[in-house]
Amino acid sequence: MVQESFALGNSLVHRLDPRFKIVMATLYAFAVALSNRFPALFLGLAFSFVLMGISRLPLWEVVKRVALVNGFVLFFWFVIPFTYPGEAVLSLGPLTATRDGVLICARITLKSNAILLAFIALIATSSVASLGAALGNLGVPEKMVHLLLLNYRYIFVMEEEYHRLVRSLTVRGFQPSTRVHTYKTFAYLVGMLFVRASERAERVYMAMLCRGFCGKFHSLHEFDRSRGDLFWLCCTMTIIAGILILEWVPF
Amino acid sequence: MIIELDNLCFSYESGKPILNDLKFSLPKGEKLGLIGYNGSGKTTLLHIIMGLLTPSSGSIRVLGKPILGKKDFVGVRRTIGFLFQNADDQLFSPTVLEDVAFGPLNLGKSPKEARAMALETLEMLNLGGFENRVTHRLSGGEKKLVSLATVLVMEPKALLLDEPTTGLDEDARGTIASLLNGLSIGYVIVSHEYDFLAATTGKIYSMNEGQIHYNGGADALHGHSHKHLLKKHLHRF
Repeated sequence: MVQESFALGNSLVHRLDPRFKIVMATLYAFAVALSNRFPALFLGLAFSFVLMGISRLPLWEVVKRVALVNGFVLFFWFVIPFTYPGEAVLSLGPLTATRDGVLICARITLKSNAILLAFIALIATSSVASLGAALGNLGVPEKMVHLLLLNYRYIFVMEEEYHRLVRSLTVRGFQPSTRVHTYKTFAYLVGMLFVRASERAERVYMAMLCRGFCGKFHSLHEFDRSRGDLFWLCCTMTIIAGILILEWVPF
Repeated sequence: MIIELDNLCFSYESGKPILNDLKFSLPKGEKLGLIGYNGSGKTTLLHIIMGLLTPSSGSIRVLGKPILGKKDFVGVRRTIGFLFQNADDQLFSPTVLEDVAFGPLNLGKSPKEARAMALETLEMLNLGGFENRVTHRLSGGEKKLVSLATVLVMEPKALLLDEPTTGLDEDARGTIASLLNGLSIGYVIVSHEYDFLAATTGKIYSMNEGQIHYNGGADALHGHSHKHLLKKHLHRF
């Protein structure tokens, strides 16, 4: 089951106003993603580590998540250095790695890790419910916010329904193989999930009508920003400024 | 009278009639049980009262006022609370507090008032401290109680409960029964369980062939119900 384990802590980052965290993470992600020079990228990565340190998340869990993304990044290292044109730095049999290719891979690695760590530290430390309310408060259209929240609420129910269907297949001796029967069964399974999802959507809507729903969602969340929020927003803006300076000012 | 139904007919497309000239009324404060086979139209009836389905003919009156169109049903939904069979259909907000406050917010209360009403209702149902729990992680019994809170917070004049004990264990059933007994408002419970109905309602009706029949007081009924049921079952199979 999907768990929001990172959102449960009580560190300084956990207590920040989710609206500020969303703004900080977004601006920071753009700054890092659009930078190309290494000093700027290293500064970004260092800041991500600082955020990670303050959030006091369980290190091993974070490593596991970061490793997942770096698995994809590794794939770039296998391909780009050997296919990108430029000055050769290494030959492996018929393959030649280029300097430019290696640098591109290094940038991708730095950027993705910096952004990922910052998002884990800032965004994963808030519950989806509070993030939804924060997005609404920041001016994201109501429909998008409720799409997010309802998706989040019912993904667990769908997961349960999926497992129920799979169990009923298993107890009747179903074993997936490469046969038409298997494909047909999976198609039925997916089709059934859609049917149940749409039926459930209808029932949920009826339940909402019965409680006086008239097409408008009212939010219960009230946010209050504190000095800590402003302080950390300023810190982030300073770092972003630092990244921009390192990126644009020639030394 | 809270609810009065007269000559109600309903059938799904090209099917045999589900409700056939049905008559029913719920006096103020009365606690009624409704029992019947699967497919006898119990849930359909409740949905018609709430305006989720439209009857093919017949009249519905709530608090003595005839209910004619969509607009009237908006008022009905404020007067009558409906507890759905599946709590997962009823609870759609991420947290318990938001779900319970959903109704009051729809009634035009301010966030502060809605929050206070929600907390008060949770407290009343012994759910104090549940407000920040995530709805999908509650147990079956807890989900049912929170669903009840989401309905009671709107201060309805009567409740309709569709199979409130489905999938609940003995303890949860007991909790729900004692809560219902403690309510001052009337309700209609649709259920398959005589024991539960006998414990929570004064009169039990049965639904058959699209009509509602009075079976007698809950106590009287319970004495002979099983034999009576068995015979009917034998007929069916």
